[in-house]
Amino acid sequence: METLLQQLINGITLGSIYALVALGYTMVYGIIGLINFAHGELVMVGALTAVSVIQALMVAGLGLPPAAIMMAGLLVAIPLCMLLAYAMERVAYRPLRGAPRLAALITAIGVSIVLQNVAMMVWGRSYFSFPDVVSVTTYGIGGAVITDLQVLIVLLAAALMAGLLLIVHRTRLGLAMRATAENSAVASLMGVDANRVIVAAFLLGAALAAVAGLMVSAYYGIAHYYMGFMLGLKAFTAAVLGGIGNLGGAMLGGLLLGLIESLGAGYIGDFTGDVLGSNYQDVFAFFVLIIVLTIRPSGLLGERVSERA
Amino acid sequence: MLPALNRKPLVWAGVALVALALAAVPLVLAATVGQAWVRVVNLALLYVMLALGLNIVVGFAGLLDLGYIAFYAVGAYLYALLASPHFGLHLPFWITLPLGFLVAAFFGVLLGAPTLKLRGDYLAIVTLGFGEIIRIFLNNLNAPVNITNGPQGINLVDPLKLGGFSFSTRETILGVDFSGPQKYYYALLALTLAIIVLNVRLQDSRIGRAWEAIREDEIAARSMGINTRNIKLLAFAMGASFGGLAGGLFASIQGFISPESFSVLESIMVLSMVVLGGMGNIAGVILGAVLLTGLPEVIRFTVVPAQQALFGKVIVDPEAIRMLLFGLALILVMLFRPAGIWPATLRKREFAR
Repeated sequence: METLLQQLINGITLGSIYALVALGYTMVYGIIGLINFAHGELVMVGALTAVSVIQALMVAGLGLPPAAIMMAGLLVAIPLCMLLAYAMERVAYRPLRGAPRLAALITAIGVSIVLQNVAMMVWGRSYFSFPDVVSVTTYGIGGAVITDLQVLIVLLAAALMAGLLLIVHRTRLGLAMRATAENSAVASLMGVDANRVIVAAFLLGAALAAVAGLMVSAYYGIAHYYMGFMLGLKAFTAAVLGGIGNLGGAMLGGLLLGLIESLGAGYIGDFTGDVLGSNYQDVFAFFVLIIVLTIRPSGLLGERVSERA
Repeated sequence: MLPALNRKPLVWAGVALVALALAAVPLVLAATVGQAWVRVVNLALLYVMLALGLNIVVGFAGLLDLGYIAFYAVGAYLYALLASPHFGLHLPFWITLPLGFLVAAFFGVLLGAPTLKLRGDYLAIVTLGFGEIIRIFLNNLNAPVNITNGPQGINLVDPLKLGGFSFSTRETILGVDFSGPQKYYYALLALTLAIIVLNVRLQDSRIGRAWEAIREDEIAARSMGINTRNIKLLAFAMGASFGGLAGGLFASIQGFISPESFSVLESIMVLSMVVLGGMGNIAGVILGAVLLTGLPEVIRFTVVPAQQALFGKVIVDPEAIRMLLFGLALILVMLFRPAGIWPATLRKREFAR
């Protein structure tokens, strides 16, 4: 029972981070149908930037309160990630808007490789441990342990997702985004500037990715130039699991993937009589994905995809 | 224009010239730039096989596969398990290579069967998951029973051997000195040419046309009486089988394999070769594979000397520059030639619209 509760707590924390990243994939996909392979690298850039800023401020010893230091990290990381997202859209994706979809996929892979290696030149190959800005306090609930960091991550993620939903469903920009996702040709006829909408989707996704980067490096206590790739793939998997192009689907998919992974890691040994250990947790996640997609080919909340050449 | 009668000898002369040029490649390379480049060319031939296999799935049938390297892994591990001291088995290549071909085809069907209903990017992510599942199993199947030897991989894999003739040792034939990689080159070249011929014949066959029809419009293809299920499975199986064959050869040439060689990044690399070269066009795909194998090597051999000449020492990590330039090349080529460097004629027509 304690394990179950513990794995649920860990799973929800991890899942809310996945959900934030998955939203970036799903917004871009929903509007221009591109798998933005480089999105995971934005998480990495966000994480490394935030860690560097926090470290610098702590070394400077200005006596700032921990919350202010964390905030400063975010305030540098978010605009930087947004700038990168804007640049990649303008340089690598916009010229290929009418081209076959695989062409843009390959440039996205190219952008991902470039960002990774620029990050390696800037930050080097070493692992950065997350500075001890705040000492993490742990609380016991029913035999399981929860940290204030976990609570903070989940609450912040929930607030950001609520904010995103507000933007998408209550503002003119959101209306334009939904219209473009539905049918971009008709939306342009109604006076929607498609380029503005697409840039907005990239910028919103990048901001969420930067926050997710700070969260994941604080949670695992580590940041690394290579961390974005696998995290990006996982988040993309989450977006597909929920039904790509669907905001609610990305949130649900992210949470589910987090839960599946941590429950899988906790229980896979029991299921298989200890033949398979927790090192198979990724197998478990992908296996669930394959089963879900076999039963529901467009993901959990996705609509039936139309034929596309 | 030459009269038809006189053209035939000319064609044969051309073929002979190309054959001579291909046969001379390893000797010229070894004499001019060194044995290391013969290895690079061998690697390029392996990637040509892989890219042609993936081209069947992605280029002909239009099914986006992001886990293709799994079949390469299956072929490589099958060869290594059956011909290495790991299990003490040393089966000859004429059993292990065809077996790798068949088992990989079986895995292709295993992947294809549950994903028949999926389209586009949903298929992409499932194939990616499949590739990862295979890699994780290879990485962890050293306990409770040691099958794959886990992350350490399998060492001392047997080289290709035909009777007393081994492809891995240096020897002198007809007064010419041949190194191991040079001998492998001819074996690889023969198999690659066979696969190319097979691909050309397939493309113009009934099956090839059926694949093309499915790629363009699956529902229309079905209403024309094409059994889309079997034809799709056939694409997965045939694509996978070439991957399996290349995997077996890879294991024999390297003599060592580990799960590290079969990551998602490798799948993405092969996909880049197919798309960058010109999806669906066999010549384009071959070009893509050769370019993308050669380019990083050329950069590798020039980055360090260039830095030393400019600054007197190595300032920036050469590996980072190598991959950076590689990524930039991917972006630039796609920006200027979105249909690939050498696109299929059909695609070119689509672009002209």
